[in-house]
Formats: sequence, C-alpha cells, structure tokens
Amino acid sequence: MGNGTSIGRVRGLGSSHHGAHHWLLQRFTAVGNLVLTAWFAVSLVLLPDYSYGTLRDWFAHPVPATGVALLIVCTFWHARLGMQIMIEDYVHESGSKFAAMAALNLVVFGAVAFGLFCVARLALGAA
Amino acid sequence: MAQTNSTHGRKARPLSPHLQIWRWGPAMFTSIMHRVSGNGLAVVGLGLLLCWLGTLVSGADAYAKFQAQASSWYGMVVLVGVSWAFFNHLCSGVRHFILDIGAGFEVKSNNTFSILTNVLGVVFTIAFWAIILLR
Repeated sequence: MGNGTSIGRVRGLGSSHHGAHHWLLQRFTAVGNLVLTAWFAVSLVLLPDYSYGTLRDWFAHPVPATGVALLIVCTFWHARLGMQIMIEDYVHESGSKFAAMAALNLVVFGAVAFGLFCVARLALGAA
Repeated sequence: MAQTNSTHGRKARPLSPHLQIWRWGPAMFTSIMHRVSGNGLAVVGLGLLLCWLGTLVSGADAYAKFQAQASSWYGMVVLVGVSWAFFNHLCSGVRHFILDIGAGFEVKSNNTFSILTNVLGVVFTIAFWAIILLR
C-alpha cells in the first residue's frame, strides 16, 4: 500500500464502486430464492412420502429437476454473498480474510458443481 | 480496520460502538437472528440438501442410511432447526425488502414488523411440520 499520495493510501482498502453491485445481486438472488424455495417447500409438502422410489420418480420429471438445479445455483449464490459479508465483518486481518474468502469461493463452487451433477444424474437416469 | 489506526502514527479514529453499548430493541434482535439463520442455512441447510441429493444418487441403500439418520431424534432436531432458520430468514428477508423501499422506519411500525417476522417464522415452522406429520 502506498504512503505518499492520498489515492495511494486508500487504494485497495474499501469501496471501489463494487458495493452496489454486491447489494443488488443479493436482492436479485433473494427474489429468486423466494420463488424457488416456496416452490420447493410446497413440492415437499405435496409429495405422498419421502421414499427412495417416490423421490427418484419426482426427479425424473423435467420441472422438478430444473427447479432443484436452479434452486442450487440461486441459494448457493445468495449464501456466498451473505457469508462474504460475515467474513468482512468479523475477520479483520487481511491475510486471514483472503484465506477465508478463498476457502468460501472454493467450497461454494465445489458444492454447486456437486449439486448440479447429482440433479443431472437423477434427471437422466443411470443409477 | 482497527489495526491501521495505530500503525501509521496517525491519530486514532473513532470506532463504531458495538452491541453492548446499545439499548436492546426488536430491530437489533431481528437483525441478529437474520444473520444467524442465514449463515446457519448456508452451512447446515445447504449441506443437508447436498447430503440428501448425494445419497439419493448413490442408490437405495445409501438413501436408507440418510433416512435413518434424518428420522432419528437428533436428525429431527436438525430438520426442524433448518426449517425454522428457513422460515425465519424468509420473513426477516421480506422485512428487508420493505425497508429497502424506504417504508417501516418509524419506531412503532419498525418494532411491530421486527417482532412479527420472528413470530411468523415460528408459526410457519409449526404449520409446515403440522401439515407433514398430521396428514
């Protein structure tokens, strides 16, 4: 970090006009979550039981498979944004903050990949 | 940025006061519960979702093991906890949308909405499990 000019002192320390983008994305994904989780909760309530056969049949239909795939992307995206705020609020040391953010991103991308793979497998059979 | 205050020989800047200095109010409680339920959902709720999907993909035996854990007493504690976190976060999230349009900042309506979101979170959780268990 520079120590001469005023721009050198603030560079990398705070808002560089990315805050509004993060805030808006959190709202957009929240709206998506509102729709998708409401659909998911109602679907769970309407299922006759939660046996293996019932759920495999349910996932074999296009709308449930698409819905759960979208749910995974939208909820994990929203969770990533929310946990970023928690890390920024509570982890003050820049090295630890970088490590926490890196871990968060790796876990979220891995989790979404795993979830989407599972849905694809359930939707397209072959188990 | 507490540590930057002292290191560069500059005069210490005032820090924002933390929890213990404020008089407690419903908005504070709701804000904290929003964060707790949100991060709880992110870790436990989404983890559970992936376990459910993963065992479902892995076959009937793996799914039977998941069901056995989920229907045990501690499994039910986790499931009810996750569903409460979901409905609580949903209600306080809708409250955030209302605040975002600039409404609900008057003391009385703010307090009412704050309490209402927490009550509705519990009511929806009870209703959800009542429908599932009593049908």
